[in-house]
Parts: sequence; C-alpha cells; structure tokens
Amino acid sequence: MTRRIAVVGAGMAAARFAERFQALGGDAEVTLYGAEPRAPYNRVLLADVLTGRYAADDLALPAGDARLRTACEVTRLDTVAHTLRLADGEDVPYDELVLATGAEPVACGGLGRGRVHVVRTAADCEGLAAAAVHAQRVVVIGGGILGVDVARALAARTVLRAASSRAGRAESSSGRAEVSSPAVTIVHHAAHLNERHLDRQAGELLQRGLAGLGISVRTGTQVRALHGADRVTAVELTDGHVLDADLVVSACGVTPHTALARAAGLPVRTGVVVDDRLSCAPDVYAIGDCAEHRDRTHGTAGAAWEQADVLAARLSGAAPDAAYAGSRPYARLSAGPLEYAAFGDPAADEDGLDVLRIADATRGSYKKLVLRGDRIAGAVLLGDLATVGALARAYERDEIVPADPFHLLTSSTA
Amino acid sequence: MTTSGSGTATDTHCPYCALQCGMRLRPGAGAEPVEVLERPAFPVNQGALCGKGRTAAAVLRPGVRLTEPLVREDRDDRDAPLRPASWDEAFDRVAAGLTAAQRRYGNDAVGVFGGGGLTNEKAYLLGKFARVALRTPHIDYNGRFCMSSAAAAHRRAFGIDRGLPFPLEDVAGTDCVILVGANPAETMPPALRYFRELRENGGRLIVVDPRRTRTAEQADLHLQPLPGTDLALALGLLHLLIADGRADEDFIARRTTGFAQARAAAMAHWPQRVERLTGVPVAQLAAAAAMFGEAPRGMVLTARGPEQQSKGTDTVSAWINLCLAAGKAGRPGSGYGCLTGQGNGQGGREHGQKADQLPGYRSITDPAARRHVAAVWGVDPDGLPGPGRSAYELLDSLGTDGGVRALLLMGSNPAVSAPRAAHVTERIRALDFLAVGDIVLSETARLADVVLPVTQWAEETGTTTNLEGRVILRGKAVDAPEHVRSDLAVLHGLAARLGVPEGFPEDPEEVFEELRRASAGGRADYAGISYGRIRAEDGVFWPCPAPDHPGTPRLFLDRFATPDGRARFAAVTHRPAAEEPDDDYPLYLTTGRVVGQYQSGAQTRRVDELNRSAPGPFVEVHPVLARRLGVAEGELLAVTSRRGRAVAPARVTDTIRPDTVFMPFHWGGDGRANSLTNPALDPVSRMPEFKVCAVRVGPAAGEREERGAATEAAEPTQRTEPTQITEPATRSAPEERAGRRAVAGRMASGPAVPGRAS
Repeated sequence: MTRRIAVVGAGMAAARFAERFQALGGDAEVTLYGAEPRAPYNRVLLADVLTGRYAADDLALPAGDARLRTACEVTRLDTVAHTLRLADGEDVPYDELVLATGAEPVACGGLGRGRVHVVRTAADCEGLAAAAVHAQRVVVIGGGILGVDVARALAARTVLRAASSRAGRAESSSGRAEVSSPAVTIVHHAAHLNERHLDRQAGELLQRGLAGLGISVRTGTQVRALHGADRVTAVELTDGHVLDADLVVSACGVTPHTALARAAGLPVRTGVVVDDRLSCAPDVYAIGDCAEHRDRTHGTAGAAWEQADVLAARLSGAAPDAAYAGSRPYARLSAGPLEYAAFGDPAADEDGLDVLRIADATRGSYKKLVLRGDRIAGAVLLGDLATVGALARAYERDEIVPADPFHLLTSSTA
Repeated sequence: MTTSGSGTATDTHCPYCALQCGMRLRPGAGAEPVEVLERPAFPVNQGALCGKGRTAAAVLRPGVRLTEPLVREDRDDRDAPLRPASWDEAFDRVAAGLTAAQRRYGNDAVGVFGGGGLTNEKAYLLGKFARVALRTPHIDYNGRFCMSSAAAAHRRAFGIDRGLPFPLEDVAGTDCVILVGANPAETMPPALRYFRELRENGGRLIVVDPRRTRTAEQADLHLQPLPGTDLALALGLLHLLIADGRADEDFIARRTTGFAQARAAAMAHWPQRVERLTGVPVAQLAAAAAMFGEAPRGMVLTARGPEQQSKGTDTVSAWINLCLAAGKAGRPGSGYGCLTGQGNGQGGREHGQKADQLPGYRSITDPAARRHVAAVWGVDPDGLPGPGRSAYELLDSLGTDGGVRALLLMGSNPAVSAPRAAHVTERIRALDFLAVGDIVLSETARLADVVLPVTQWAEETGTTTNLEGRVILRGKAVDAPEHVRSDLAVLHGLAARLGVPEGFPEDPEEVFEELRRASAGGRADYAGISYGRIRAEDGVFWPCPAPDHPGTPRLFLDRFATPDGRARFAAVTHRPAAEEPDDDYPLYLTTGRVVGQYQSGAQTRRVDELNRSAPGPFVEVHPVLARRLGVAEGELLAVTSRRGRAVAPARVTDTIRPDTVFMPFHWGGDGRANSLTNPALDPVSRMPEFKVCAVRVGPAAGEREERGAATEAAEPTQRTEPTQITEPATRSAPEERAGRRAVAGRMASGPAVPGRAS
C-alpha cells in the first residue's frame, strides 16, 4: 500500500516540505490539511500586500504534487492508532505525521480580537486593507519587526490606494481615488523599538527613520484600554495618554499552535519539542513555527524552510541521516527604505566584550559588532547592509573573527 | 586549400575556444611550420586574437607534438615505457585490445570517449564508429563537462539547444546583459569587444560571479554570490521583477506556458531569504532586477559558473525564466544564451558523440530518429545500441565488473579535466586496454597502451560550429609530419580491422556530405550547408534545411521550437550544493580558468609564451582568510577535500570572497584542481559539480608522504610537463596538523545538508 504522510498545516513549512519531498524523489502520498481556505501562500509578504506591491494571487507557493485539503481543520490526533480526525468527524489514517501547525498572534494586554486587527493570515490582511482605506488615525501596538513593517505599509498612502484598487475596493476603478494618508502611531512597551534585536542607539535611529515616513512612536508604554463601542475611537495608554484612533492593529508576537499536540500527549513546552531529526514521537515530526528545537522556537520563515528541507531529505530517503542543527537568532527588517539586519544580542554589555561601532548620522546608517573573545556575540547593520552576506555567514557559522574585522561592517566593493 | 588575399595564405579558425576566431595561416620560415596572421574580414573576432590563438603554431613543432605511434613495450605492464611503432602495429594492437574485451565481456565492455575540440566530421564519425563498428552504447565526451546543463535547460525551455540564439554582434546593440558565471575577459578575450561596445552604446552590464574577475571589474553592477547559489539568485531576481511590476504580461500570455508555476516558485524565494542564501544584499538584488527589467531589450548569458553544478540544469532554467518573464526572448536584441566553452562544444554535441543522441541532435530512443540514421548508415535500426553512460559514469565504470574494459579516447584529457581526477586516473589504469588519439602526449595518453598521433587544426580541413551556431570551415594550411594521420584516417583504419571496411571515409568533405544527410530533418539540420557555402558566406547558421535556405542567425523570432511554438517556464527551486562546507571542510572551492591556458593545458602548457604568463597552478585566497591561515603570497598551500589534495602557491587577492578559494584547473600533478572536485551529477544533464565543493586549506607544511597516499597513489610519479611546479623539500608536520590549522578553530555546524536530487 502507498505510504501516507499527513501534514497538519498548509503554511510555508508544509509547502516547502511537500515541494522538496517530491523533488527529492520521495515515494509517498503527501496530504496537507490546512485550516485556512487558501492554498499555501507566502506569509512573509503580507505587509506588502497592504502596500499593493503584491496581489493576493501573487503569494501562491509551490507544494509539489501533494494533495491539498483546505478549510479542513484537524481536531484530534491519535498517534497510537496512526489516525487524525477532521472537523467533519472523518478519521484519516497515516503512516507518518508532520505537524506544521504554525503559530497564532498573541493578544496584547488582554485586548480581545474583536476590534483589533492582526496580520497573520491573508484573510486578516484583506480585512485590514479594507478597513485601512478609510482610516485616519491608526495605532499599531507592538514595535517589533512586524509592527514596524505594518505601520510603514499603512502609512504609505499612495501605494495603499493602488492596493485598494487592485483589490477592487477603490472608490473608482481608475485607482485615482483620493485617500488621505492616515496618521500612524506605534505604541511599544519597551524603552526603544525592537529591543530584542537592537540596542538603544539603533532603535532610536529606526524611530527617526519612521518619523521621516510620517510615523510617530511612543515607547515605554502599553495599551490600557480601548475606547468606543462598536468601533474603536481612542486608545488609552498606561502612561495616561489617550490617542485618537479609528483603526488598531496588534503586532505583539506569536505563540506556537500546540493544542493538538498537547491533547495527543506529545511533548510540548513553548512549542512541540523535537530532536535533531525533527521528531517528537515515533513517526511524528514537527517543523516550522510550532516546533521547539534545542529550547528555541524560531518563528521565522527561514528556520521553517531549513527544517522543512531537513525533514524532506530524511523522509524522502535522499539523506536519511540529515539532521537539523538549529538556526542562530537573526532578524531582518526590510520595510521600504528602512532596513536592518540584527544578529544575536547587539545590546550585550557585560564585561570583556569588544564593541566596534560605526555611525553615520548623515546617511542614517549604524553598524555595530559585539565580540566575545574572537566570536560574534551580536551585530547590527542598520541603513547600510552592504556586508550583510559576510556578516550573516560569519555569525551563523560562529567563525573566528580576525583581529581586524572591519570587512564585516564596511564593504570595499559596494 | 582555401587561399585568398596574400598568396598562399589559408583562411581558417583558431584551434581553441568556442569563439572560433577567424585567422589566416601562412607557411612559416622559422621553427614553426605556419605563421598565424589576422583575418580581419571574419565577423566574430574581426582580426583580434588572444595570446593562445596567436601562439597556436608552437604546438606544431616536432619536439612538442607526437610524430609517430607509440605502444607500450610490455603489453601486460601498465608501467612499462612506451616505444615508437609503425601504424600497422599500432592498429593491430588497438583492434586486438578492443576485440579481446568484446569477446571476453561483450560489446558493452568497449567504450569511446570523445572531445568537444573534435571537428563535426570527427565527432560524427566517432559516434558512428561506436555504434556501427564497435556496436557499443558507451560513447560520451568531455563536452558533458562543458555545457550539458545549458543544453538540457535550452531544450526544456525552447525545444532546441544552440549556444546563442543570435550572432554575438547583437550583444553590442542590446540594452542590458546579465553575465552569469562567465569570465570572457579571460576565457575568450576577443569577445570582450562586444561587451565594451554594449557599454559605449549606453547599455548596462551586470556580472554575477563569486569572484571579482577582470570581466566583473568592467560591470555596472557586480553581484558576488556564494558559490552554488546562482539558482536562488535568479529566483530572487524573478521575484523582484514580478513584485515591482516589471513582468511583461503580454509576452508571457502570447509566447510562453507554465508561468503560474514558475511564479509560485519565485514567490517562495522572497528577497530577504535570497539575501540569506546568496549573501547578496537585497538592495543589490533590487538594483539588478530594476536594471534588467527597465531595459527595453536584454540578454542573460551563462557560462560554466551556473552550469557546472549538481543543479546546473535547474539553475540555467531559472535564468531563462527571468528572460521569459521580462519578455526578453524571441525578439531582436534579446534572449538567453550560453557561452559555450570548447572549440566545437556546439557541433560536438549535435552529431552523435553524446551517449543519448544521434546525428542532427536526434534522440537515440526515438524510433523515427533511429530509422532515419540507420538508413543513412545502411544498417538495421534494431541493431543500433540504445543510450549509454554519461561521461563521468562511463569513466567511473572503467575496469569494473559490468563496466567498460577497453576504451578508445580521442581529443580529451580526463586525467586532468575530469572531476575527482585521482579516482578517474585509477579507473583508467584499471582498464584492460586503452588507446588514445591525440596531438600531444597528454597525462591521459601517458597511461595508454597505444598512442595514435593525429593531425592538428592547421594540418586538416573540417567544420566546427561556434557558440553562435555558425558552421564554419577550417582549412588545411600545411602537411602534417610523415607519420601523423588524421582522426578520420584512424577511424577508417580501425574500422577496416574490425571488419567494417565501408562507411568510414578519410576525406572530411565526404564525411560532411554524409553528416548533412544524417542531420536532415533533425533539430540541428545541416542539410543545406556545404563547404562551398561556408566559404562564400563566412559560415552558415543552423538550422539550414535546404541549399536555398539562408540559414538561421536569429532563432525564435516567430516561434520557439516547441510543439506549440511557446517557450516553457520551468518551476524550479533552490537547494544547497551536493557538498556544503562543514567543520572538517569549512571553505568553498570553486574552479575556473586563466587567460594564458586552455582546458587541461595539454596544448597551451607546451607554449613558452603562455607559460610565462600563466606558469602554474595557484590558490586564490582573500587577505582575511590568508591572515587567519597565517599564509603569505606565494607560500605553498595544501587544499584538501574528501576526494583528494592539491598543493599550489597562495595568491592573495581581495577579488575572492573570504569564505571561498579558487583554483584554475589547467594543470595535472600536485596542483591538479580536479583532485578535489566533486563528481555529484545533475540529475538531468549528468553534469558534475566542478564549481563548488567543500575544502580545508592550510600551509603545505611537509605532508608529502601522506599526500602521495592520499591522491596520487594510482599515478606514476614521474611528471615531466615543462610547467610542472616543483615543491620545496619535505617538512615534518603530519598532514593532520596542517588540516587542523586550516579549520582555524571550531566552527559551529550549520543546518544539515539535505541530499541532492539525483
């Protein structure tokens, strides 16, 4: 009988796995069970759907010759019987199970999702795009990568107009309808933006860059309450300020979807706990945002891709001993003109660290390398990413940094 | 003899690369039998020649080239010396060696290995010889190592494979060219004028290369990706082309199929991901996509960089996708092309020298093609063998159970040019019998039981097909030495001894006339081409199905050569190289060429002037890496891979990436780059992965005794190449220490490398 691989989830990890499994000559019937109504698409690009850079159709991802069951929620796993149950009550047998259930946005400060938009799915994005057409005052809660990227997209009035016309929602089909630029404010709990990736100086430079795009930032404060009945009219902050708002977007991070795995008795901490084979139980694997490997959930599409490649190599038989050795923390913002790449902990300030810093206020660039001995403990490139390739590689491979490491910060050829 | 202009001068073409520059030969008064002159009227090079072409006559000198057959003194002792012999004795030995293997193991135990430097006539007759005289499926050639990935991608997209779909001169008139893994400044200098003119005319040049080559230095934009990531780079550019609204939707709708799948594959490669995979910053990707997308006309030209990978076919397909999505194909001034490498790399693959093909670019598995060719050959189509092993697989089978036991090799030097060359050399030595036809005593010829001295370009007439698909004619300018025979005469003599006295003419024009009939109706249709027309027209572009057909300088202007006339997108995705760096082998090795040498160097290493400019192998290392390794310019480096070791002096330069070393592959012996390379094959083209493998590098401090065991065990120790670099005396540290130092401390392992798709 044909071997059956069931993949719970139809997101980026699932699609990459299915595509590679087929390309590597894997011999099995692979089925993706996706809760969303859409075929797999590239979630990374959603913010730029808001700007109109991508049409929704543009995001489709290849998934090899896998069977695709969309709008098909899996409600129960039985890893002993090797079956999964679908929302309609059907029990489906499998030989190997891949959990690629992804993650969901966390609620900020207990705010319900009713009046607050999130940007996780294409449907979320469509809802936000529609609401944004008439928004005048937008508050984005959360100053991480997604929050900054969404704020930038919403503030880009001219491209927003194009987006709404492409989505067929413009006031006129010509796409020339007058849409006023909304005032966008980011509310961020920490003392500076993206504090997990950036030091104070970089965070402030980023904030200055956002100001240039018409986006204001309030740091060191959180949302206490939303005002308004059906529609939000204002956001009250813990520092006492009240911001008028007609659109609120929450971007406070994600948490792995683990309910199925937990109910099935699989090992779960923050995510579904997997070993270097990406296995959490006999014949059960987990990849992507739902997986926890070596005490870390990555929540990035890059790590999901790498995990999918390893699992596809293993299960297809192309490299049965392939192992996933982890991905080092890496953050990359590319929000229109604002760009940074951050590695490890660039704000580390313990004794004995060696810090190199190049700041160019005129050009808005800031580059920093933090060395612990001869290894990179953290680094940030903001505004000028000419050396991002070399730096990323040196960091990822934990290479010895030479005595004169300026080639990692400045490029002679760029 | 073609004579024109200056009395007894003969118009002909260079013996080296695929540009096939026009040149003129005049009988020489000095040590060399001919003098090389300019031939300004030939359009491709307009008189210009590089150092290799200018000095080609030096290889005609009697002291440099072979002048009589050689046979091994003791036929049972592979290490016995070679001695001169008569042609009769040599032919008898070859016939006996081949038939002995046939009798003992069957016809499949005999093989033929050809070369992309052979003329069309020789390539054609060699294929016929294998299938008709030897009745073996096992014939392939070194062109498999050259452009087979581009050929496969060409066929997949366009239904036909011709290096360039337009004359080279079109390059000067387009608006933007992306050169991918191509370094014409060193590999075909006379072609550089077209790129210079392109820029003088306001066009833009983008070069994609892990090294800042002499070509890259002339570019408007140089993208310097990690070796083996060209596929991701092309997908990233396609992604940006689409995202920024520069896809030519009208062209896509009218003239292509498969865009939706290719778009999905590109969407899976978003810019930040591609930056991470390739090391090329998003801003540079965006600049390149904009430059190419905004240009009204544009071209992508690939060479060995993207092609010589275990995913070479898909990589080329990804670049073709970019051309198609931008509407830059099948239109004047636009298109995808491959800068073919060897002199007759194009024609050599069209007429039956490939394991899976019959003349006219016909498939050997197509019953109609078999019937057609069998009728021309006067044989039973059912008697024609099927497809045989690809080049590396053929070499890998030598001397094994079920493999080839007796080999006839012409115009190739796999002991230097094949991947994992020490292993290939070992396999060659395991043969029951080896006959080599060559003009010089190459590293591979030294291993032969019989060496047959054959004529060179100046001594023979025959056609080649250059990288443009232009069929051209080399003219005989001078008689060969008395005991040297043409390859055609060799095949004639051998066929007769094998009991096939008919069907192997010695006269090239007679062979060409038969080739015309055999190719008629095929993809590469030469039916309308004659020696007379080539002379009169400065070459004729195939397809040319009839004498009154003008030939086809520009392909695809009306339709592509697919059944529905549309070009086909390929849905391809990136994956790692077959071997990525790890803790033990932390650096990339990439290999390539230098301007002063050609291929395995069998010819050019015998020319003093070229050796002065390119005296020996070297290892390019970035100053940062050199400091980390503690090595200085000129210091001997040991480069070690899982397959072997090579030693050559360091050349410290910031034109290379700090994570990559480069070696040219023109030399045998200790500095042989192909001791290191990885024979992982592309699943479609069977191209080995010459361009990327994992190595460690360290000072070559005294591991001589181990090196002998590691890489050269199978080879005789004496090496008398004039350019062989000699090494300093042994030192004492064992190999292991040098290797450890090369690792330069602990390197955290990255994600495991999934297996390749073959």
